[in-house]
Formats: sequence, C-alpha cells, structure tokens
Amino acid sequence: MPIEHLLILGAALFCMGLLVVLSRKNAIAVLIGIELMLNASNINLVAFSHFDPDLLQGQVFALFVVTVAAAEAAVGLAIVVRVYQYFRTADLDQLNQLNG
Amino acid sequence: MTLESIILYGFAGLSLVLSLYIALTRNVLYAAIALIGAFLGVAGIFMMLGASFVAISQVLVYVGGILILIVFGIMLTNRLRGQKVLSTVYNKFWVLMIAAGLFIIFVKGIFQANFSSLSWIKEAKPALPAPLEKFGMRLMTDYVVGFELIGILLLLALIGAVKMAAKSGKEERDAH
Repeated sequence: MPIEHLLILGAALFCMGLLVVLSRKNAIAVLIGIELMLNASNINLVAFSHFDPDLLQGQVFALFVVTVAAAEAAVGLAIVVRVYQYFRTADLDQLNQLNG
Repeated sequence: MTLESIILYGFAGLSLVLSLYIALTRNVLYAAIALIGAFLGVAGIFMMLGASFVAISQVLVYVGGILILIVFGIMLTNRLRGQKVLSTVYNKFWVLMIAAGLFIIFVKGIFQANFSSLSWIKEAKPALPAPLEKFGMRLMTDYVVGFELIGILLLLALIGAVKMAAKSGKEERDAH
C-alpha cells in the first residue's frame, strides 16, 4: 500500500470528524467527532513511522496522542455530566448562560 | 496484489465506511457503536503497518476505555424512555462545504508533496513487524521524559475528572 493511500485515509477520517464536530448539537456527538479526528492524525504518524523502523518516532508520538485522547475524553465527559446536572440538557445551543 | 495489502485495504475500507456512517447518522448511540468498529479498523491498519504496540494500546484505550465512557455519558445525559437519542444537525450545507474543501486541499497537498519519491522513504526497508524490543528501548531511553510527563498528565486528568464529576459536599447537603 503506497503511503499516499494511507495519508488520504487519514485526511478522509479527519474531515469526517470535523464534519461531525461542526454540525452536531449534542455535546457527546461532538466528543465522538474529536476522537475520530485524533485517531486520523495517528494514522499519518504510524504510516510515516512504517518507513522508519530504526527510530520509531512516529509510533512513540502516536502512543502519546492516544494517552492525551484518553485524558481529554475523561475530562470532557466529566464536564458534560456536570453541565447536564446544572442545565438539564446536553444541547450545546441551550447553554447560553454564563452566570453559575 | 498480495494478501497483506488486501487485508490492509479491507481494514481501511471498514474504518472509512463506519466513519462515513458516523457522519451521516443522527442517532448518537449508533454513532458510538460505529466508532468501535472504526477504531478496530484503524487498530488493524496499525497492526499491518508493524506498529503492534500502538495497535494493542489503541484497542485497550479506545475500545475498552473511551467508548465505555462515551456510552456512559450518553446514558447519564439523556432522560429518555423508549426514545432514540437523536442529535440535531444544523448548518448542513456550509459544514459539508468546509469538510469537502479541506479534504480536497489535503488530497492536493498529498499528491503535490509526492512523499513516495522522498529518498528516505524510497530507500527504507520496512521491517514487519517492527521489533517490539526496539520500541520499548526507545520509549525508555530517548523519549523517557515525554513518557513520564504523559503519565503525570493522565493521572492529573483522571483525578480532575473524578473530582469534577462527583457531587461536592454542599450539593449533597442541599439534596437532602
């Protein structure tokens, strides 16, 4: 598989994630889109690392991205649960009140 | 076409089709389930590219951890009984334009950069699978600072998430 095909797959997954992030109103659906975008970047890192079996920088960095994605999902979902407890909705358009 | 590349294209097609389904469906729960399949496809691609450790941690962290969290999040933020969890979709036209335009720019850039003709990619001899021993040595020698930092970041984020999601003492008293 030439490297271009892998890069195009990564670009397609990234754009699909961007589409989900920009078009959904539900906060959890937005988080799903962010996870898809982070994973698409990992495909690029591992694809380039495939041709660099000596240094493996791409694989190490992909592991860091996976870890940061896990931390982001945990904190993001905690925020969404808190917001739901306060506003009784997870719809991002109805969260228009700054005063706690 | 060798067997390996057929399997690789199969995994690529799986994750592509499922992410397209995520982009099209309005049901949040179906999107979460489709995300499991898309992540498994990406993990298969990693495995076929020789990144076995990244593939296994992808399955453990994403499929085993993040997806469970997302499904719990869907259950905790919706008071629906017998109803589907639907998300409203808005700005359909402009979002589609932005995503398609960005994709076209990416594809144009990828073909213009012509990565296959770079000397280090042309001369590389991909070892399949890349030795796990070497990966571990790299992680524990050259990149050990980043490795430790990422551990601290994960610990802080998880403690912060638990603290944030738990009810504080005052709210607990108010509830009674």
